[in-house]
Amino acid sequence: MHTYYNPADLARFGEMAEGSPELWEKFMAWYGAVFAEGALTEREKALIALGVSHAVQCPYCIEAYTQACLEKGSNLEQMTEAVHVASAIRGGASLVHGVQMKNALQKIEMP
Amino acid sequence: MIAVTGSLLRRQSPLASATEQVRILESTLSVPPFTTRLERAGLPGLTATGIDVMQINVGRLCNQTCAHCHVDAGPDRTEVMTQATVDSCLRVLAATDIPTVDITGGAPELNPEFRYLVIEARRLGRHVIDRCNITILGQRGQEDLAEFLAEQNVEIVASLPYYQERETDRQRGHGVFNRSIDGLLTLNALGYGRKGSGLTLNLVYNPVGAFLPAPQKSLEADFRRQLHRKHGIVFNNLFAITNMPISRYLEFLLDSGNYEAYMSRLLTAFNSAAVAGVMCRTMISIGHDGRLYDCDFNQMLDRPIGFGAPAHIDAFDLAALSGRRIVTGRHCYGCTAGAGSSCGGVTIPA
Repeated sequence: MHTYYNPADLARFGEMAEGSPELWEKFMAWYGAVFAEGALTEREKALIALGVSHAVQCPYCIEAYTQACLEKGSNLEQMTEAVHVASAIRGGASLVHGVQMKNALQKIEMP
Repeated sequence: MIAVTGSLLRRQSPLASATEQVRILESTLSVPPFTTRLERAGLPGLTATGIDVMQINVGRLCNQTCAHCHVDAGPDRTEVMTQATVDSCLRVLAATDIPTVDITGGAPELNPEFRYLVIEARRLGRHVIDRCNITILGQRGQEDLAEFLAEQNVEIVASLPYYQERETDRQRGHGVFNRSIDGLLTLNALGYGRKGSGLTLNLVYNPVGAFLPAPQKSLEADFRRQLHRKHGIVFNNLFAITNMPISRYLEFLLDSGNYEAYMSRLLTAFNSAAVAGVMCRTMISIGHDGRLYDCDFNQMLDRPIGFGAPAHIDAFDLAALSGRRIVTGRHCYGCTAGAGSSCGGVTIPA
């Protein structure tokens, strides 16, 4: 059965170098630098990436950063909290736009 | 990963056969033979540089049946080293200056000759390590075991795959975490793990699942903080050990559909800098029947010492064994991934 998302495609990510190898190499160099130990630890960066993966709902990223979080020493509780952070921001982002709704409402309803 | 209910042997699994395990490993064509990968890295085949550690596997009998066990140990296993073979090991020790005796199993303490081996090895002035599953300390008939180990100044290397119950019990069986905490507290009360006591307590972490260990130093810091905060436990060092794709861990990988990905992960993480420090280069592994191996993993895969070197304790020849060629296979990628892996944890310091 064909689906838009195939787990085997994650291993084919490198094929994106075809057509624009220079941009791919720049992306990979930048990507590697982003996740290297810096002001944040590699473990913290992997947890952020896991949360963002859920916010952007990328199944490839979720698979990759679930593994990465475990291999950086995080556990289920920490990873679940990271997903809740992403979910809270997504939910909060919707809810805070309610202020837009209120602005629009105030404009069109009678005082 | 869920703790299993019996050994592969008891369940009559095809994987109880070392031949079948080797067949699976060596037909994994997505991963090149280990020697091929060494050649590509410009490295020669592995050879020993001496023997610093005599690792004695005194048997496969164990009080636990852990899901990842590379020995396929369990309460149903009957293989134990006899006193005659223990005496052969002691004769070799007396005739050489091998400094460390590393006793493993199974639960090595269940071998009736365990204490005799410890006492005699200590009498010869050797450093003795007991690879202890901790719960054995609370086993009926072992009430004085902790005191015995302390009196003999035995280094304890204790298995504790995680500082939380959930992960530990998934790998080692229901209730193991809490009993392990009790055992560690007993050891701490005797001075183990405490500064100035001279009694060394090291813990062993290994991943509870199909992934590689996190950096050892960061795990050690987590274990130290969490075990002390929640349980008041102290220890000396944490060893992070990569799971070998053999025996019951191989069964888990195959059954969960993770085998190919795990082997690829080991290959991707191959680190040529970790090759020089692999433990087989400085140790000899002895089976319960006295046969010699390059490591405990080769022992479980029934791949004895080769290339014409003596293959039994009664034919021990230090000169011939110290520079022997080492028998390798695709499972060896487990010791060369990332920062390397050995019975003493990573082989490349952070």
